[in-house]
Amino acid sequence: MVADMTQANITTPEHIEYVLRLGDNALILGQRLSEWCGHAPVIEEDLALTNMALDLIGQSRLLLTHAAALEGKGRDEDQMAFLRVEREYRNVTMMEVPNEDFGRTTVRNFLFSAFQVLLWERLGASSDAELAAIAAKSLKEARYHLNHSAEWVIRLGDGTDVSHARTQAALDYLWPYTAELFAANPTDEAVAAAGIGPAWGELEAAWEAMVLPVLGEATLVVPARTPFKTYGKFGRHSEHMGHLLATMQYMQRTYPGATW
Amino acid sequence: MYTQSLSIPDGESGGPRKVENPEYEAEFNAKIDAGGFIEPKDWMPEKYRKTLIRQISQHAHSEIVGMLPEGNWITRAPSLKRKAILLAKVQDEGGHGLYLYAAAETLGVSRDELTEALLSGKAKYSSIFNYPTLNWADIGVIGWLVDGAAIMNQIPLCKCSYGPYARAMIRVCKEESFHQRQGYDLLLQMMKGTPEQREMVQDAVNRWWFPSIMMFGPHDSDSVHTETTRWGIKRISNDDLRQKFVDATVKQAEVLGVSLPDPELKWNEARGHYDFGAIDWDEFWNVVGGHGQCNVDRLAARNKAWEEGAWVREAAVAHAEKQAARQRQAA
Repeated sequence: MVADMTQANITTPEHIEYVLRLGDNALILGQRLSEWCGHAPVIEEDLALTNMALDLIGQSRLLLTHAAALEGKGRDEDQMAFLRVEREYRNVTMMEVPNEDFGRTTVRNFLFSAFQVLLWERLGASSDAELAAIAAKSLKEARYHLNHSAEWVIRLGDGTDVSHARTQAALDYLWPYTAELFAANPTDEAVAAAGIGPAWGELEAAWEAMVLPVLGEATLVVPARTPFKTYGKFGRHSEHMGHLLATMQYMQRTYPGATW
Repeated sequence: MYTQSLSIPDGESGGPRKVENPEYEAEFNAKIDAGGFIEPKDWMPEKYRKTLIRQISQHAHSEIVGMLPEGNWITRAPSLKRKAILLAKVQDEGGHGLYLYAAAETLGVSRDELTEALLSGKAKYSSIFNYPTLNWADIGVIGWLVDGAAIMNQIPLCKCSYGPYARAMIRVCKEESFHQRQGYDLLLQMMKGTPEQREMVQDAVNRWWFPSIMMFGPHDSDSVHTETTRWGIKRISNDDLRQKFVDATVKQAEVLGVSLPDPELKWNEARGHYDFGAIDWDEFWNVVGGHGQCNVDRLAARNKAWEEGAWVREAAVAHAEKQAARQRQAA
């Protein structure tokens, strides 16, 4: 906390925005994955998906607490998670689209956890010491998520005709959303200049080098890039976000000020 | 979570048939009398094996179905801390299910056969999970009362005569005790809160109290006595366990500041126990018989997950076969 207080004096809005993105990605994907609990195709995957949800919720708690400290308005993790309005959430849109099926869920986990691994690796050297510590812890988790989801992408892609078709459909659906991860913007530039973390666009080549071989092994065809654009990390979300928030925020909105 | 103390036949199960043999049986009985464990490769009477398959698989099914009522609140948990606790708890239940299916498999059945029995409605699971979770306090009350009753039922099973089941129960009981404390803590926090929060807790206690004490099964006078006691599977009677649970819970309710919904509940000095009112066994049997509020929905949810996951399971098998074929070709 002391470090945060000192830092708050020099905290920029871009720094807060950057940490919020990280926290909201973890929060919203954690919320989506938690929908699987009790409903997965086999018990082992029920446990695995719940485990990933737990890791992500854990990351979001640390990151949102940190963002709130940087902000210095006295908000806590729950006020950050449950009491912002939709436009204030900074997760990329891919996090909020519905799970659909195990195929889409798995492909999303794969595409995102590869991105997270790269990000946490770089953030381990962040000039923001708190963020660096969170990154070190989260990197281990993201590596596990990546291994687990990559194995499943291969199994599903190179499984039966049905599983191949479903997984290809999932990739076709999700791939356009990945463009948002790397879109250049002033926040990233400012944060990179301050040594807080990489501009996400810098990670694109490494990310492709990570995901393309796995998609190839899974016999999946990577779609061509299209003009499709999304803007979740700038606070402009999809139609799905409001419903997710309505569910997630229900208790905090219904019983304002209560402690749980 | 737990299967109720009630033997309901699931029907025939597969697995190897064993020759009944008086000499073996004497040896088996001697081992049990000496307080030893029966292990998977030991000879056992066919009825012992079947009884255990039924009980362990009902228990496993209860863990898996039990994920649903609590899972109902994961996406709406009121704080991130509570969301994480609930996710971890429901994950534990899934882990217990997996562990118990594995214990049942040591008796010569497959998890797929057992799953099929659950999904077709042939196998039973604990009726408590056919009640709905209607407010957030239900999550705390399930931890406190339902897991509390489960622990009361399960602790004797840590010493049951079948080794794999006894060992599974030691681990399960540790985790359940943790869940019970977390549930109670959730309620304590709510009772310190707003009038609305306290009302939620009382409402949840009112709905879950009698179903919880029904978890111990019918009165001893109405129970069918089987060899389960002789075989060291069941060690304490339903009514004794129920009484122990009531005695322990009344004080916890006082500390919490909630009332238990039974006007006849009072301390009986002569007995040294709490007396309590009549249990509505019609309700119990109705729910056991499939007419609880959630019986149909719970089974439908399990079937939906299983059917929608079929392509995933098939893909995993197909991929493993492809890999094996490639390795054979390469060799």
